[in-house]
Amino acid sequence: MDVQLLTFIIVGASFALYIGIAIWARAGSTNEFYVAGGGVPPVLNGMATAADWMSAASFISMAGLISFMGYDGAVYLMGWTGGYVLLALCLAPYLRKFGKFTVPDFIGDRYYSQTARTVAVFCAIFVCFTYVAGQMRGVGVVFSRFLEVDIVAGVIIGMAIVFFYTVLGGMKGITYTQVAQYCVLIFAYLVPVIFISMMVTGHILPQTAFGATLADGSGMYMLEKLDNLSVELGFNEYTSGTKSTIDVFFITFALMVGTAGLPHVIVRFFTVPKVRDARKSAGWALVFIAILYTTAPALASFGRVNMIETINGPDLQGTPYASAPTWIKNWEKTGLIEFNDKNNDGKMFYAAGSIDDPNSPNEMKVDRDIMVLANPEIANLPAWVIALVAAGGVAAALSTSAGLLLVISTSVSHDLLKRNFMPNITDKAELFYARLAAAVAIIIAGYFGINPPGFVAQVVAFAFGLAASSFFPAIIMGIFSTRMNDKGAIAGMVSGIAFTAAYIIYFKFVNPAANTPENWWFGISPEGIGTLGMMVNFLVAFLVFKATDEAPQDIQDLVESIRYPKGSGEASAH
Amino acid sequence: MGFRNDDDKKAYWKENLSLLTKLLIVWFVVSFGAGILFADALNAIQFFGFKLGFWFAQQGAIYVFVALIFVYMAKMNALDKKYGVDEE
Repeated sequence: MDVQLLTFIIVGASFALYIGIAIWARAGSTNEFYVAGGGVPPVLNGMATAADWMSAASFISMAGLISFMGYDGAVYLMGWTGGYVLLALCLAPYLRKFGKFTVPDFIGDRYYSQTARTVAVFCAIFVCFTYVAGQMRGVGVVFSRFLEVDIVAGVIIGMAIVFFYTVLGGMKGITYTQVAQYCVLIFAYLVPVIFISMMVTGHILPQTAFGATLADGSGMYMLEKLDNLSVELGFNEYTSGTKSTIDVFFITFALMVGTAGLPHVIVRFFTVPKVRDARKSAGWALVFIAILYTTAPALASFGRVNMIETINGPDLQGTPYASAPTWIKNWEKTGLIEFNDKNNDGKMFYAAGSIDDPNSPNEMKVDRDIMVLANPEIANLPAWVIALVAAGGVAAALSTSAGLLLVISTSVSHDLLKRNFMPNITDKAELFYARLAAAVAIIIAGYFGINPPGFVAQVVAFAFGLAASSFFPAIIMGIFSTRMNDKGAIAGMVSGIAFTAAYIIYFKFVNPAANTPENWWFGISPEGIGTLGMMVNFLVAFLVFKATDEAPQDIQDLVESIRYPKGSGEASAH
Repeated sequence: MGFRNDDDKKAYWKENLSLLTKLLIVWFVVSFGAGILFADALNAIQFFGFKLGFWFAQQGAIYVFVALIFVYMAKMNALDKKYGVDEE
C-alpha cells in the first residue's frame, strides 16, 4: 500500500476516535464545560495535560531545533519541563483548593478588583490567540505534505474537527479526546526513534542509545563522533553551546516561569476532584511529557549524524546529487531543502556557512523543521511509520488548539460576560455564550492559520514573556503573601508586562537589525527578557504594597484557607 | 477552620515552606547549576558516552524534576495527615 493511502487511513481512524469520544463526553452544564465537572482521575488528567502542553512545535519542531543548536537546545528541554516543578509545588494545589474556573477568576477574587480581573482576561486571551494560530498552521503543514491536499483545505478540516469536539464537549470532551491524542502522539513519536536508535547503536531505548557506542564496530561513542563531525565541518562542538551562559540561564528561567504561568496549563488542575489529585496529576503530567522530552535530544543527535552521512557520504567527500535519496527530492519540492552546486562537481556537501557565500564549502540548506517529519524517510522506515508520524503531528496540534480555545471561550463567557457585564445570566445562557465564543475563536484561529502573520515565530517569545512577567508573580504573591494588596498586584502586572513587551517589540519589530548580543541589556536576548520582567513585577508590587494599605482581613482569611487541603469542594462559580 | 489551633496552622505552613525550599534548591542545582552554570566544568567528566554537564542539561535535570514532584506529593500527603487537614 502506498504512503498516501495509509496516511489517509491512519489519520482518518484517529479522527473517528476523537469524534466518538466527543459524542460520548458531551457537556451538559457550565461546570462540565469549564472544568469537566471536576471529576477527572489524576493519571488521565496528567495525560490530558501532557497532550494539551505538547503542541505541534514540541512534536514537529523541537527535535529539529535541538539538532541544529546542540547543547543550546537544552533551554527548551529544561525550560519546558522545569516549569512543572514550580506548577506542582507552588501553584496547582493552592489554586485547586481555591476552586474557581479560571486564572482571571483567581486574580480578580484574590485582589478584590475588577481591574485586576480585566487585565488578567486580556493577557489570557492574547497569550492563547498567539499560540493557537501557530497550531492551526501546523495542522495545515502536515496535511499538505502527507495528504497532498491544499493548506487551506487542511486547515479547514482541522478547524471542523476541533470545532466539533470543543463546542460539543467543552472541557469534558477535550480532556478525554486529549487522552486519546496523547496515546497517538507519543506512539507516533517513539516508534521511528526506536527503529533509528537500534540501527545506529543497537540500543532499544533512545535515552541510553544517546550515550552509547556506535553499532558500526568502531567502538566510538555516538556523541563523540557527532562532536568530531561538527568540528570537521566548521560547526561548534555539538555538546558545547554558542550562546552566552547568562542568556541560556535567562531563557531557561523565562520558559520555566512562563510555563507555570500559562492559563491553559493552569486550568487543567481545576478539573481533578481533590487537592491531593492536583499534586499527583502534575507529577503524572511531567512523566508523560518527560517521555517525549528525553527522547527528543536523542532523536536530534541521531538525525544529525544520519543527515550528515547521507549528504556528505561516509568519507565526507560529498555524494552525487543525481543519485540522491528520494526524501531529498521530496523536500526540495516544498522548498525546505535547497541545493546549490557551488563547485560544479555534481556532489552535495553540507558544512557550516550560508549556501550563497562563495567562501563557504556548504552547498545545502536544510530547514530544521523537517527533522522529525523526514527522519523516518531518511532512515528508510516502512510506509506505515511515516503515516503514523503524520497522525501524531495532527494529534499534537489539535489537542493544544482545543485547550487554548477553551481558555478563550471561558474568558469571554465567564470572566467578561458573567463576571463583568451580565452578572444575572443563567447557567444555560452562559453555556450558550461559551459555545458561541469557542466557535468564533476557532474561525479567527483558522483565518490566521490560512493567512499566517509573518511574525508567528516571534510572538511565541511574547506569549512566554507575558505569562512569566504577569500571571506568575501575581499568583505566587497571592498565595505566599496574605497581605499583598490589589494596588501592588496591578502595578506589578502592568509594569512587568509593559517592560517585557517594550523590550521584545523593540528588538523584534521596531529595530530588528539591532537584535544582537552587543545591544542586549546584560546580554539577555528578547527570549529571556521575561525573567527580568518577572523581577520588575515582584519589585514594583513590593514597593507599591509598602506604600499602601495591606489586603483586608477577609482576603487574608481567604488566603489562609487555600493553604491546606481540607474542605476542598468542586470548582464552582461562587 | 481546618486546624485544631493557631499554633498548628503556623507549624504546618512552616514545615510546608521548609520542604518547598529544600526541593526548589535541588531543582535549581540540577538545572541551572549542573546544566548551565557549571556545565563546562562538569563536561570534563565522562558519564557513559556523555559529557556530564551536557547530560544534566539534556537528560538528567528532567529525571530529577519528575522525582521532585513525586517526593513533594508523598511528603505533603503525610504532612496533611499529621495535622489532620487532609481530604477524607
